[in-house]
This record gives sequence, C-alpha cells and structure tokens, in this order.
Amino acid sequence: LAETGIYVYGVSRGLPGAAMARVTGVGGASVQVIEDEGLAAVVSPVSLDEFGEEALRRNLEDLRWLESTARAHHGVVDAAAEHAVTVPLGLATVYRTEERAREALRDRREEFTRALSRISGRTEWGVKAYADLGAAASTAEAEEETPGAGPGTSYLRRRSTQRQTEEEARQEILLLAERIDDELCALAATRRLHRPQDPQLSGEPGWMVLNAAYLVDDERAEDFRTAVASLAETRPEMRLQLTGPWAPYSFATEEEAWTES
Amino acid sequence: MAGRGLTGLGRSSAPVRRPESANLADILERVLDKGIVIAGDIQINLLDIELLTIKLRLVIASVDRAKEMGIDWWEHDPTLSSGSSRHNEMVEENRRLRDRIAALEAGDEEQRPSVERRERRAVDRSGDDRRERGSRAPEEDDFG
Repeated sequence: LAETGIYVYGVSRGLPGAAMARVTGVGGASVQVIEDEGLAAVVSPVSLDEFGEEALRRNLEDLRWLESTARAHHGVVDAAAEHAVTVPLGLATVYRTEERAREALRDRREEFTRALSRISGRTEWGVKAYADLGAAASTAEAEEETPGAGPGTSYLRRRSTQRQTEEEARQEILLLAERIDDELCALAATRRLHRPQDPQLSGEPGWMVLNAAYLVDDERAEDFRTAVASLAETRPEMRLQLTGPWAPYSFATEEEAWTES
Repeated sequence: MAGRGLTGLGRSSAPVRRPESANLADILERVLDKGIVIAGDIQINLLDIELLTIKLRLVIASVDRAKEMGIDWWEHDPTLSSGSSRHNEMVEENRRLRDRIAALEAGDEEQRPSVERRERRAVDRSGDDRRERGSRAPEEDDFG
C-alpha cells in the first residue's frame, strides 16, 4: 500500500466540521478538518506516490497534473471560504502525518491568526483591463497628406506620425489604467498587482494593461462591482474583466509595508 | 459570504462565478504565487516553483485557449521532452533563468530568489501597492 501524506489547503477560523463533509480534494479524496483551539486546517489524505518529493518535482512540470491539482486546491479553498474566513496555503503543502499538520497549525498560530483577522469580512476581486492599442492609435492618427512631398517622404512622415500617435495612445492607455486602478483602490482595503498575462499567449485580444487583485470589505462588494461595471460602461476603449469572489489568496501574506486600515 | 451572487457585468465582462469555471491562469497565479507558504514535510523546491511560474506565465495563459483550438502538445509529452522548438526554447530559457537566479543568490545568500517579483508590475509606474485606500479622501473625479 502506498504511503500517504496530509495535504493542507488552508486554515480557517470557526469552520464547522460538517461544512466540508461533501467536499472532495486532490485525487478525489474527502476533505477533513483538523481543529486546534478555534483554528481549523482543511486537509485531505494524498498518496506520496504522487506527492512525495521526487514525484512532485516531476508532476509540477506536467501541465495537466498541475491544472487538475490547482483546480482541486482552489475548489477546496473556495468551499471553505464560503463557510468561514479562510487563509489559503500555497499549492502542495504536504505533511507526513495528521499530527505533523496539527503541529504546524499550532506552531504558526500567531501568523495564521494575524492573517485571518486581516482578511476577515473581506473578499478578493480580480480586475483585468485590456486595451486595443491599434484601435486607439488609429483613431488618434491624423490623416494629413503633405502637399508637394514625394511618396517616400510622405511615407516616412506618415510612419513617424504613426509611431508618435502609437506612443501617445500607449501613454494614454496606461494613464487610463492607472485611473481605473485608483478609482477601484478607493473602494478597496488594499490591492496587489499581478503580473500581466502575456498578450500574445493569453489568447485574449488586446493588451493587458492591468491585472490587479483588490481586497474589498464585504459591505462594499456591491459598490465595487457597480464601479467596475460603470467603468466598463464609460470607458469602452478599455475592456474590463471582473473575476471573483476569490478567497483572499493575494492577501494571505503580510508585506512589509502593510498597515491596517 | 456577501457578494457571492454576482452574475454578470453586462456586455463588457463575464465574471467567473464557480471555481470550476475559473480561468486556469487566474487560478495558477494565485495558488502558485500567493497564499501562505509554509514548509511542509515534503520539500518543494522553491527555486523550481519560481522557475515554473515564470515558465508557465509564458505558456499557461494560453492553455485554455490552446485547448479550445485543439492544441495539446504538452499532453502527449508531460515532461516536455520532445524535440520541439518550444521545448528547446524552454530549455534555453530555463538555463537563462537559472543563471540569473544563481547570480541573484550570489548577491544575497539569505534572500529567496525574486526574479518574478521584480518583473511583476502590472501598471507602468513607480508607486508600490498602496495601502489604506479605503480611508483616503477621494481624489478629484475625472470620470463622467
């Protein structure tokens, strides 16, 4: 029989054990809750054939494995977050025994407690903004012909104007993205930037100018979503994509500059 | 939890409701990059994860799309060990990234390599993530 380990998805506070009864984790295993003085580690057993050191190294490079594991991880974290405030752990955090997982919960109690109070009553929303640089540039482009100039000169002038308008369009879009971000930041407790997903590879048309996660007080969630919708409405040159609600993945860790609001 | 009933934003966007329908790139940038990282009993090589996320950033954003289009080269070769040019590019890229990380590490033994942190800036500006925006006085409203 294969050795098993305990995969930890996240840590919740006040999670009723029954809440996770029907949830399945990686590999379809049933999810359990390990409690320690009010904190609950959300776990499931995994085979070390799959999650041992060597296997993990190999599996992490297997995009199909990675996809299904990441989705399972996310599914469990999301289910827990629906019932109780939950701080997600990184993918593939595995202990050899339940006792070891419990120890980790105990040892890190302070860190978990801090993180939980930071995100309590708040939800993460993702906002991505795409712009079509070509369209922006072409509307800005002046279509003036220079009388008397030869075709070569005209071409060069046109090219130079085009480059200029492209650069201007780029700057304008960046500025607009910044304003959108500002407006959303005003409604959020805090926000973190994710790296833009590569425009050539995302398959999404347009240039991703903003990829941000906002931590929003639940009472302001409606306002936040309305703001995104109205920004999308009033700024048709920018395509906005709202994702969420997410468990507060992007805000699980403390950053040096963090200050409580 | 409040706010879990979002269904849409009209024509401009299609927000994701259920975890199973969330975009893979969005999930990966969260589960690999974010969340509390604690050392389990099973050692995950952080360096590899860093490399992986960089590599994935180049590839994974297109996975859903690629699948839609019927491209599934990785599925036939999970270790990406085929002789495809894509593989070669990755090998080359990995080598480059390892060198860079080694260089960074040589500069600072204690610090976890932070290649992508340096590259992670969604909006081209110098300011850091801002805090406490909720309590801030609103700026002049240029919109409308």
